[in-house]
Amino acid sequence: MSDSGIGRPAPAAMAAGHGPWGRRLRGIGGLVLSLALTLFGLLVVTFVIGRIMPIDPVMKVVGERATQAQYEAARIAMGLDKPLWEQFAIYVGDVLRGDLGRSISTGHPVAQDLKRVFPATIELATLGTLIGVLVGVPLGVIAAARRGSWVDQVARVVALVGYSMPIFWLGLMGLLVFYGMLGWVGGPGRQGIIYDGMVPDVTGMILLDSLIAGDWGAFRDAFSHIVLPASLLGYFSLAYISRMTRSFMLEQLSAEYVTTARVKGLSETRVIWGHAFRNISVPLITVIALSFASLLEGSVLTEIIFSWPGIGQYITKAMLAGDMNAVLGGTLLIGACFVGLNLISDMLYRVLDPRAR
Amino acid sequence: MTNSFSMRAVLLASALAFAPAAMAETPADMLVVAHQIDDIISLDPAQSFEFSGNDVGNNLYDRLVDFDPTNLDAGIQPSLATAWEVSEDGMTVTLTMREGGTFQSGNPVRAEDAAWSLQRAVKLNLSPAFILTQFGFTAENVDQMIRADGDKVILQLDQPYALSFVLNCLASNVGGIVDKELVQSHAEGEDFGNAWLSTNSAGSGPYTLAAWRPNEQVQLQANESYWGGAPAMKRVIVRNVQESSAQRLLLEQGDIDIARSLTPTDVDGVAANDNLKIVTEPRGRILYLGLNQKDPLLQRPEVVEAIKYLVDYQGITDSFLKGIFVTHQNIIPAGYLGSTSENPWSYDVEKARQILTDAGITSGTIKTTVRDLREYVDVAQTLQGSFAQVGLTLELQQLTGAQSLDAYRARQVPIYIGEWGPDYADPNTNVSTFAVNPDNADEAKNSQLAWRNAWAVPDDLAQKVAAAVIENDTETRNQMYLDIQAQYREIAPIIPLFQRVEQVGAQRMCRTGPRAGRWPRPSTNRSRRANN
Repeated sequence: MSDSGIGRPAPAAMAAGHGPWGRRLRGIGGLVLSLALTLFGLLVVTFVIGRIMPIDPVMKVVGERATQAQYEAARIAMGLDKPLWEQFAIYVGDVLRGDLGRSISTGHPVAQDLKRVFPATIELATLGTLIGVLVGVPLGVIAAARRGSWVDQVARVVALVGYSMPIFWLGLMGLLVFYGMLGWVGGPGRQGIIYDGMVPDVTGMILLDSLIAGDWGAFRDAFSHIVLPASLLGYFSLAYISRMTRSFMLEQLSAEYVTTARVKGLSETRVIWGHAFRNISVPLITVIALSFASLLEGSVLTEIIFSWPGIGQYITKAMLAGDMNAVLGGTLLIGACFVGLNLISDMLYRVLDPRAR
Repeated sequence: MTNSFSMRAVLLASALAFAPAAMAETPADMLVVAHQIDDIISLDPAQSFEFSGNDVGNNLYDRLVDFDPTNLDAGIQPSLATAWEVSEDGMTVTLTMREGGTFQSGNPVRAEDAAWSLQRAVKLNLSPAFILTQFGFTAENVDQMIRADGDKVILQLDQPYALSFVLNCLASNVGGIVDKELVQSHAEGEDFGNAWLSTNSAGSGPYTLAAWRPNEQVQLQANESYWGGAPAMKRVIVRNVQESSAQRLLLEQGDIDIARSLTPTDVDGVAANDNLKIVTEPRGRILYLGLNQKDPLLQRPEVVEAIKYLVDYQGITDSFLKGIFVTHQNIIPAGYLGSTSENPWSYDVEKARQILTDAGITSGTIKTTVRDLREYVDVAQTLQGSFAQVGLTLELQQLTGAQSLDAYRARQVPIYIGEWGPDYADPNTNVSTFAVNPDNADEAKNSQLAWRNAWAVPDDLAQKVAAAVIENDTETRNQMYLDIQAQYREIAPIIPLFQRVEQVGAQRMCRTGPRAGRWPRPSTNRSRRANN
């Protein structure tokens, strides 16, 4: 989805500038340009795919028994009688004015829908990534440091299972065991019925909203509902993050400076965490940002199993209904997230990597 | 759409006056339902034409007349209108309004509101409008044809129709009466308040809309001043739960009272649980086999006749369609005026072979397509097997829903396996598609199933159908539909096989008997969208 320089140690554009200000301006200009181009390209591709899909959105609106006149009237009202480039120009114009149009599969304005479904996904993705990082990074580091030991073997099996297990199966089993049999967590849905609508909607993220409202009961309830799907997503991102961490670490640990540090008599902890780990933090950020971004796309299966009204389900359903306003709006939002996350990780490079300053 | 809600049968369905007496986990005056509600695109009665949307609409709006879900055989009952009469010439229907009905806003329900609501639906001309416009109303004439006079609503029809036909249509969701003053205050341009009413309610029904979050949930609040008495359930929450197994878990844990979209496997699981029960309700959808009359082989009456005996009705409803369909070999669904339970055909390969050999047919190949839904493919494959036993080769190609429908609309499917759901609670909705074909030419591009299967309906049958639509004596009309179906069974190449049933999982404590609370009043009509 993104082409804006993720994974590259230092944006090439920077080097060409003259003086600190010129360099910064060119850097920002280039960034804005590449951002705009990325999003525009994304829109073009999504738009074209949407129009050549063999689904008739007009039929969805008027129903099967509509007369030819009704059908034509709806087609014209939806602007589908105009040439493709004109439809696209109108759409881009609307987007620039901040209007994403109305969804035909929910009957609501797309912006309003996204405002409702995206926080649900952010909440889940953030918690999932947090779990992935907090468990995956140490696991990867230790596996590398104790290569071939039982820790390494366990980490490998965990990652392998995480890669290869179908998520719907794990999700259903998780629900069956932790909700159905043990009763430790809440069932499908974001909240229990009792707490529904009790907390004022500020961010759309129920965990945060209940904290803002100081309602601990609602917080506990929301947490008990999110913990299972978040752990599940966390597990998948853990599998990826721990494998990547391990291979980055192995590379560093065989480097000469590590041998030097060891020869100098530094403690193993210091060597691993103080030297080797500091050096992998830069590529690791890319890995984490990418894995977070892919969770932000929404995990359709997880959302369906846990009745989680997130963006993955929203876009998939819109796609099947030929609801292009919703698909384009959602794609734009996710694209913007990818670009934004790349931007943030680019900035973090500059903090962490002296060469990029 | 497979598990969605239907029609009048649904009424039955759920005569579901589910009134949980004492719930394990959910509060006693709250009803929590898990359902697939992602089909709702609007809650405006002039627009809503989806299963779950109609369920909700049924509880937000009253119609002039209605069915009693606990006693469908009683036919049309008073609702906002208490009396009705038809003029001598059968072209004017006059309904008298109930006294003292109020909208949820506190405004009185007047004849003017009723007339305006119907005019509004005709003028908006959205998906369900045809249910009203089939009586000759148009945007131009409807202000004269439907009018209010004191406490009377007067409908002027373009020709005589059976009173039961008109009333059955008025009882459908599109006949919901909205609060004229309130809706008009929210009108934008020429939309008659459609945008506002899509996400708000302005009715006189037992519930008001508290919230609708698309693909997530619908919340209803009891209307304490409902003219029919305050509902027992103060709050009703319908949650969108896609997965059948998730619904079952929620039900087992007592987090919901009713699960509406269970697969046969989960139905078995729920039935085995002592705290839960399964309630089976007929739905209106008919699964049928359309034999295209352009196909030289299928054109022959003997082949049509033989195929009726090549379907393993018992075997199919006992295996992969168990709990989803029951055998029903007639075009009018059980529960409707004119319905019959006569199922004359059974699986009899010998008889089929005899019929074919007598006609000199011992071999042949039919290439057809089937939509990639598991049930349809399974039905097609059992047919393939039984066809082979009589020397016929059936070649199958799977298509997606959209492709399949496109081919069907272009009359290019030799054997079409599909479902048809009634649009309103009158037999005419099905008869007028299975047994009416005004023009069998390719250019006609009609939407009737008869046209799509290139079946030129014989004149005498067409005349019977036309006569049944205008017969005012309901008993006679009932008999006319029985006759139509008897003839249909003899000659028609579009063969009805099964009728859908819905198995609802509920807490044992839920009362499903005579309605204690008003919820849920499931919808009477079926979505045309579902007819894809």
